[in-house]
Amino acid sequence: MSDKPKLAQYWASSCGGCEIAVLGLHEKILDVAGAFEIVFWPCVMDFKYADVEAMADGAIDVCLFNGAIRNDENAHLAHLLRRKSKVLVAFGACAYGGSMPGLANFTDREAMFDWIYFHSPSTENPGNVRPEMRTTMPEGDLRLPRFWNTVKTLEQIVPVDYFLPGCPPEAGSIEIAINAIVSGQLPPPGSVIGSDTTVCDECPREKLNKKVKRFYRPHEIIPDPNICLLDQGLFCAGIATRAGCNARCPQVDLGCRGCYGPNEGVYDQGAKLIAGIGSMIDADTVEEVEAILDTLPDPAGYFYRFHLPQSLLRRKALGNGKKQPKTEPVAATR
Amino acid sequence: MSQNGTFKPVLVGFLCNWCSYRAADLAGTSRMGYPATLRDIRIMCTGRLDPTFVLRALQQGADGVLVMGCHPGQCHYQEGNYKAIRRFALLKRVLRQMGLEDARVQLHWASAAQGVLFAQTVAQMTEQIKALGPLDWPRHWPDEDPFARIALAMQEDAHE
Repeated sequence: MSDKPKLAQYWASSCGGCEIAVLGLHEKILDVAGAFEIVFWPCVMDFKYADVEAMADGAIDVCLFNGAIRNDENAHLAHLLRRKSKVLVAFGACAYGGSMPGLANFTDREAMFDWIYFHSPSTENPGNVRPEMRTTMPEGDLRLPRFWNTVKTLEQIVPVDYFLPGCPPEAGSIEIAINAIVSGQLPPPGSVIGSDTTVCDECPREKLNKKVKRFYRPHEIIPDPNICLLDQGLFCAGIATRAGCNARCPQVDLGCRGCYGPNEGVYDQGAKLIAGIGSMIDADTVEEVEAILDTLPDPAGYFYRFHLPQSLLRRKALGNGKKQPKTEPVAATR
Repeated sequence: MSQNGTFKPVLVGFLCNWCSYRAADLAGTSRMGYPATLRDIRIMCTGRLDPTFVLRALQQGADGVLVMGCHPGQCHYQEGNYKAIRRFALLKRVLRQMGLEDARVQLHWASAAQGVLFAQTVAQMTEQIKALGPLDWPRHWPDEDPFARIALAMQEDAHE
């Protein structure tokens, strides 16, 4: 056992992109390997959960935890690693805000299983098999962790020391975080490691006064490369998204997806996008406004793409079996 | 919210300083009767209404949110209420996608002289929310974490 600080990295509900992002440090990864002793990293090295359970509490100096929490196994590891780690970092958009797995909060477990195992066009399931938590085989019982209705962020399960946003976090952000940890010059606990301005501040496009008569989807127009995408009617979440990525997406004609999450001091990224995008609409009557909004399909999906579980409402209403009485739509009256 | 089986909705009202808040004052000084369900919050203009306010009210236990401002064309700041129209339409679309019933969040206009209209609006919305029942939004994410209690117990043990 060396006396180097001990590093753990874990993936809960995630795609593995955060693991790749760490490797994306290129040769700097050797500095990481030099500065830390890696004690748990299931993606690249062979460790078992029992190895972590055998450690003393607080034995891990830093744990980079990526992935959202959506089943019992994720939660088990979140609690376990919290107990064993001095510093727990929510690494990447999933652990921080729920991200892609968090979009499942627009539906629920049963609807999702029905779609995935029976109805999706790419599903072939002749035996009508539906995963069960326990399956009895001749060799014994097979168990699967219980799958939740609602995807949670890491912070909604255990206390988190630092947040590193991004899908995945940019190499620059990871470097800043690693350097801070190595040098011991850490920001106050609970901080999001990154910039406290928005993507617009890093975006080189020229900003005009943003009045649009309709919205476009990316395949519908070829945008001017020098003018703000919002001015051209293309949805961009940069106005309400934390900076740190150097405006990567807008620089290649794609509106910001919002992966760095809400800016400092913002409760709900989607609410800020409603305010910002809403005030761009160039119309004064309800009818005109509605007609323009018809060109922006799935606003909730756009606005909460990466941070639905972290948002104020967290998820779509769960059906409670009782059908709600239908009410007349109440629009503003003139 | 419900006592003796009767459901008394909690409405949060965001009223603009120049028209609707005055309308509420007028309703009060004229001793008009309307259900005591609305918690008024004065904002300078409906254009100041950050959608965060609405979401936070819903998340923190409101059964409905009523936004009221000056009639279009009569905004004290020229066009704040037009901004509100645009944002509100978008907010409603998002809330519909989140599965919220339409009547829970409403936008209405009342001038400083329309105390009667203000009282009627509150009464009407109260009835609609009563028909819908309590919102209790956090019930949509019940605790599903079987380890939470264990972790808490371990923490308490450590402190002893």
